[in-house]
Amino acid sequence: MSKKKEIIINVALIGGLLLILFILERFLPATSMLFTVLKKGAIYALVAVSMNLLNGFTGLFSLGQAGFMLVGAYTYGVLTIPVAERANVYMYFDGGLIQFALHPIIAIILAGALAGVFAYLIGLPVLRLKSDYLAIATLGFAEIIRAIFQWDKLGPITNGSNLLRSYPSYKSVLFYFVASGICIALIVMMINSTYGRAFKAIRDDEVAAEAMGINLAHHKRIAFVVSSFFAGVSGALLAMYQTSVQAAMFKSAMTYEILLIVVIGGIGSITGSCISAFLFIILSEWLLRFLDTDTYIGSFHVPLLRSGFRKVVFAVIIMIIVLFFRQGIMGTKEFSISGIYHKITGKKKKEVKGGGADE
Amino acid sequence: MSKILEIKDLSVAYGGIQAVRGISFEVNEGEIVTLIGANGAGKSSTLRSIVGLVKPAGGSVLFQGKELRGLATENIVKNGITLVPEGRRVFVNLTVFENLRMGAYMRKDNLDADLDWVYSLFPRLKERSWQSAGTLSGGEQQMLAIARALMSKPKLIMMDEPSLGLAPLVVQGVFDIISEINRQGVTILLVEQNANMALKAADRGYVMETGRITMTGTGKELSENEEIRAAYLGKSKK
Repeated sequence: MSKKKEIIINVALIGGLLLILFILERFLPATSMLFTVLKKGAIYALVAVSMNLLNGFTGLFSLGQAGFMLVGAYTYGVLTIPVAERANVYMYFDGGLIQFALHPIIAIILAGALAGVFAYLIGLPVLRLKSDYLAIATLGFAEIIRAIFQWDKLGPITNGSNLLRSYPSYKSVLFYFVASGICIALIVMMINSTYGRAFKAIRDDEVAAEAMGINLAHHKRIAFVVSSFFAGVSGALLAMYQTSVQAAMFKSAMTYEILLIVVIGGIGSITGSCISAFLFIILSEWLLRFLDTDTYIGSFHVPLLRSGFRKVVFAVIIMIIVLFFRQGIMGTKEFSISGIYHKITGKKKKEVKGGGADE
Repeated sequence: MSKILEIKDLSVAYGGIQAVRGISFEVNEGEIVTLIGANGAGKSSTLRSIVGLVKPAGGSVLFQGKELRGLATENIVKNGITLVPEGRRVFVNLTVFENLRMGAYMRKDNLDADLDWVYSLFPRLKERSWQSAGTLSGGEQQMLAIARALMSKPKLIMMDEPSLGLAPLVVQGVFDIISEINRQGVTILLVEQNANMALKAADRGYVMETGRITMTGTGKELSENEEIRAAYLGKSKK
């Protein structure tokens, strides 16, 4: 299959997907669970891919994702609340310090940029660390960021530990798909560039990579900043999706969720991260909800089902995956149309050959 | 013959431990020079400090008359020195082709001619061009490590124990390739435990012991020296 043909098919598929979403939005009520799940899935797909860029492709085991999402979410919220609403939102801080509102798209980009700046500064000390130590340090920084954003001395900007709300948000599921799609496409472009190859080289062998003339510190910093940029963007999208945002929700549990998605999808597979993000969100937000509610069949009280049981089931799933499916859904492979095409045609050829041997 | 690399009074220390204690040697253009010595003699540290992977504690590294000490590794590679690190260290999850492209990371020009050259030296790599490097055998990985280093178009290639962990027949193949590369105009600085093979291939050799150079001579002289035969070649004094 030629490259051109493949591109045409991919574009057609993406177009088709967006068209289906567009039609669904016309016919299903906006409050449908399907849209909720799809929006959140798109956001988590983006942040999972951004984490994969760092953990899967550059080999930097970082657990700061929730912190950078928080920076993004707050940047978006703080910069877009309409001036008229500010007195209301910042009621404990005299309407807050900032008295302007930016266009949502500009705010989203700034959200990413500020997360990137934070990453650059944090990266200066912590990127010298390796493996587990880096994970611990980034996790710590994420927690510190969360604490700082809740600090009431910063209240005039961050509204302390109170909610940020009343900011504009796009309701259409199409917006989340397009925004997240563009960002993921940018990350894929980076991974396929010479930078991406250098990242993979660093992941495979730092010493050899350095001997080839790759500047380790520089490349690690770029991977960290880019990953955090997109985590920031996804944080902004999450803020938009939730219509209100509070620092308290960006706990380390959130980072673990994202890590779980990356591991299930396959460390080092972009499409794996996307597939597993949707899978995870659909399961946890929708299909497995029943695990958390007391259920009666007739007068029989179904055992175990109660608030929190969902988490237990997820813990078991994690253990099963870590023990038996270490590669995740995709391993390091990518899902592609040409891959499927080759598989199908390859199989056909084999069948023909097999038939010949039988005769 | 002009000196391509001149090491003067180089010393390397890890914390309080002096690994290299002020050694001086030189490599002339077009030569194969070998450093031999026991484990811990400071051979690898010497190579690593020349490319800047370890910062030397003192002395100077002159490459074509230019001081390299203190430069970052990327700039040293740009100057035309490359290191084939000990233990092969290929990028196992990248394909053979990608590995070769990584070797040329500092280059911005067209790679086709050099790819052809490297593939002609190592036909096996061409066959496996799209295989991931982790699936290659040990010998093939060593070939790939050398090929990768050649992709940076080095004037001087330094090899750290290229025969490590390879079967005798494969070791012979590696040394054949080393001679072939040298014949095609690349200067080689070789660090080896396998003193026998190294001294056979080398024009000149230096013997290192506990951070110092204790003996020097042509490959032939050294391999006939009684003390060296006893210490490194496993042959008893007559």
